[in-house]
Amino acid sequence: MTIETLLQVAVSGLLMGLIYALVAAGLSLIFGLMDVVNFAHGELMMVAMYAAFTLWQMSGLDPFILLPIVAALMFGLGVAIYRLLIARALSVRFNRGMVQIFVTFGLAIFIRGFMQFVYGGEFRSITGTWLANRTANIYGVYLPLPQVAASLVCLLAFAGLLAIGRTEFGRALEATREDREAVALIGIDRDRIFALGWGLGAATVGVAGVMLAGFYYISPNVGANFALIAYVTVALGGFGSMLGALAAGLLIGEVEAITAQLLEPSLKQVGMFAIYLAVLMFRPRGLFGKL
Amino acid sequence: MVPSITRRRRRELVIAAVLLAVLIVLPLPIHDVYTRNLFIITLLFAGLAQAWNILGGYCGQISLGHSLYFGIGAYVSTLMFVNGHIPPPVGMIAGGLVAAAGALLVGWPVFRLSGHYYAIATVVVQEIGYLLALNWDLIGGASGVFIPFRGESWLNLQFRTDKLPYFYVALGFAAVTWAVAWWLEGARLGFSWRAVKDDVVAARSLGVRVFRSKMAAAALSGFFTGVGGAIFAQYVGYIDPDSILSGQLAILIALPAVLGGVGTLWGPFLGAAVLIPLREVSSSYLGASGNGFDLMLYGILIMAVALLRPQGLASLGAVFRRNANGAP
Amino acid sequence: MLRIEGLNASYRGLKALQGVSLNVKKGQIVAVVGANGAGKTTLLKSVAGLVTTEGSIVFDGQDLRRLKAHMISRAGIGLVPEGRRLFPRLSVEDNLRLGAYAIAGPDRFKPLELVFSLFPRLQERLAQRAETLSGGEQQMLAIGRALMTQPRLLMLDEPSQGIMPKLVDDIFRAIQRIRDLGLTVLLVEQRLAEALEIADYAYVLQTGRVVMSGKAAEIAADSAVRRAYLGL
Repeated sequence: MTIETLLQVAVSGLLMGLIYALVAAGLSLIFGLMDVVNFAHGELMMVAMYAAFTLWQMSGLDPFILLPIVAALMFGLGVAIYRLLIARALSVRFNRGMVQIFVTFGLAIFIRGFMQFVYGGEFRSITGTWLANRTANIYGVYLPLPQVAASLVCLLAFAGLLAIGRTEFGRALEATREDREAVALIGIDRDRIFALGWGLGAATVGVAGVMLAGFYYISPNVGANFALIAYVTVALGGFGSMLGALAAGLLIGEVEAITAQLLEPSLKQVGMFAIYLAVLMFRPRGLFGKL
Repeated sequence: MVPSITRRRRRELVIAAVLLAVLIVLPLPIHDVYTRNLFIITLLFAGLAQAWNILGGYCGQISLGHSLYFGIGAYVSTLMFVNGHIPPPVGMIAGGLVAAAGALLVGWPVFRLSGHYYAIATVVVQEIGYLLALNWDLIGGASGVFIPFRGESWLNLQFRTDKLPYFYVALGFAAVTWAVAWWLEGARLGFSWRAVKDDVVAARSLGVRVFRSKMAAAALSGFFTGVGGAIFAQYVGYIDPDSILSGQLAILIALPAVLGGVGTLWGPFLGAAVLIPLREVSSSYLGASGNGFDLMLYGILIMAVALLRPQGLASLGAVFRRNANGAP
Repeated sequence: MLRIEGLNASYRGLKALQGVSLNVKKGQIVAVVGANGAGKTTLLKSVAGLVTTEGSIVFDGQDLRRLKAHMISRAGIGLVPEGRRLFPRLSVEDNLRLGAYAIAGPDRFKPLELVFSLFPRLQERLAQRAETLSGGEQQMLAIGRALMTQPRLLMLDEPSQGIMPKLVDDIFRAIQRIRDLGLTVLLVEQRLAEALEIADYAYVLQTGRVVMSGKAAEIAADSAVRRAYLGL
């Protein structure tokens, strides 16, 4: 393997890894806040991709400009999902863990069906964007610009999440995840925090979805694969840890790129799954998970 | 209250026997191929759900990757039949045993995890199996394996002109899983699982060997899931990773038990009786056009069941029974 | 100010309170004393909206049973709960400032001065994580956090529990100062002598019922009462 190939693999891993990390961050945020694994997380990303696609079709605007609009829509969707479904799932008295799994799982199937109903099953893509098909070539390493832009935006979004964590609202989020009963004693409406947390989680994965739509195909099933990677990323990094999501996302991106280089491309996920299992053998709560 | 528990258990046996008798004669007047297929699939998934229930319900380890064992059973029995001319009734048992071994192998690392970490690990292990099967040409890879027709007989487990024997195979499968679950409810093993499910620490202090009892549940559950996979392969006549190793299938195996009531004797059957026909009918009437309507319905159904009757349909039966007895 | 009538509450299937009635007057320290399991904690939780109840709880003319827990806090009732329930990974400063989360206006952090004057130690430990504080300091922080919500009624659940004797005095003195500043205090305690010493009025709770009430000094003096109900 030449130095160029090695660098190329490292860079592709980094670019994809940042997107994985952001998808995982949204999942981790919701889990950390209220112990709910959102099995519809990939579908939320898919919804954001279709939203970007539709807005692009209607307006012809570049996904970059549409980004804040889609993020805001996704925020609203996340809040609605919490109010309509999750709040109820939290209040059941029996089998709460199982109810949460299957409510979000049912939601995933519903969203997939709904999108198939509206858009059909065929693959879509956004074309003719500012960066479409543009590449940079640095020392023989090939950099597709849409992916570079996507990973930069993901990095910014991460910074944004960390910044939110430092605000008073961010502290309230942290307080709620630490003791969801005690926050009521200081006048914090837990339900509202949870709803906003869902909004934030959905907006986060929405940002990843819009940027991904700039260079990836869009179909009702596109979310499933990314979701699986996100679950692995979150479990690897430790549920609820933002830093863990970032580190694990990068690790997974790299492992995937290396596996794809060494084995058949269709086997590229085997490497990350194996790493994940290996890490969990030694750290059952992930790299950065709290015990 | 030992006598009343024994009486209840005996009554359950009687109910099961009556149900079995009804089911034996039920398909005789039905000759419609579609309806018979519906019966066969429903019974098969009833058995699969009961097999899942052993690990997911009684032992409380919510596996979202059971299609792995289903796939292992299907592959083992099919490849033995296709390449080695070993009759499926034997291959079925072999497939079940390999699946059980697989479940033990998976359980060894995975049972150290708990909660969501465990559930996600089961998905990942199943996905690894799926990807490997997809790329392993020796077992057919992505193109799958056709099971050649070698003559209609119970030994070959192949019936072309009339599918009725498959009905009895599926019925037998479901009945055996039920009997195992019934036995477990009264057995020492079943008690230790319930202890593990309720409170691991307390179970440990009671002297339950937590890891070993989880492994036992995994092996039993994996075995029957594998047998179910082998039956399915022989019934359908063709297997590929997408049809027998997918994540979708893993959920479909777990779902009837969740719907009907996890960790209950009748829940998986009740759930399968409601869910599988609904799914089959809705996807054949609504899903044929690929417009996603069946998926929407299916999704709504899952959400509604989870939210409205979180303890499962079997709890309706309990309410009914209580009222009938006139005592709490 | 706070009037409770015919209050019933269950906790984990057990009847924790049965027909409890009590009255807290403005500007007083009212102590509720009784043995373990008498229902003292459930009483405070009922007022704070953390357990479901039957009966009536009226605070300044407002029916608290209609309000959710966070609205009860906003209505002017602060609870320093059993076990303190701080946010362990947040700093002392964040714990305090979050107390003012639901308060609007430029003066929302003003009670900080009061908190620091009551508990100067907290000011020295502002940047430390709450989980690193000693038991007594955690109790001070919990009281401080409750004061940040600007309550008119402060309820304390066994503030002396798990604290070094030296600090217990500090905390009881602080409670007195809080009363002297015009706040009303509802104090639940197992340490009978100290509680009755600073209280104006007292109720004795036994297995979920009020068995005795009166001026704190009178109850403290009545040795028959102490033997009968408080096991002393």
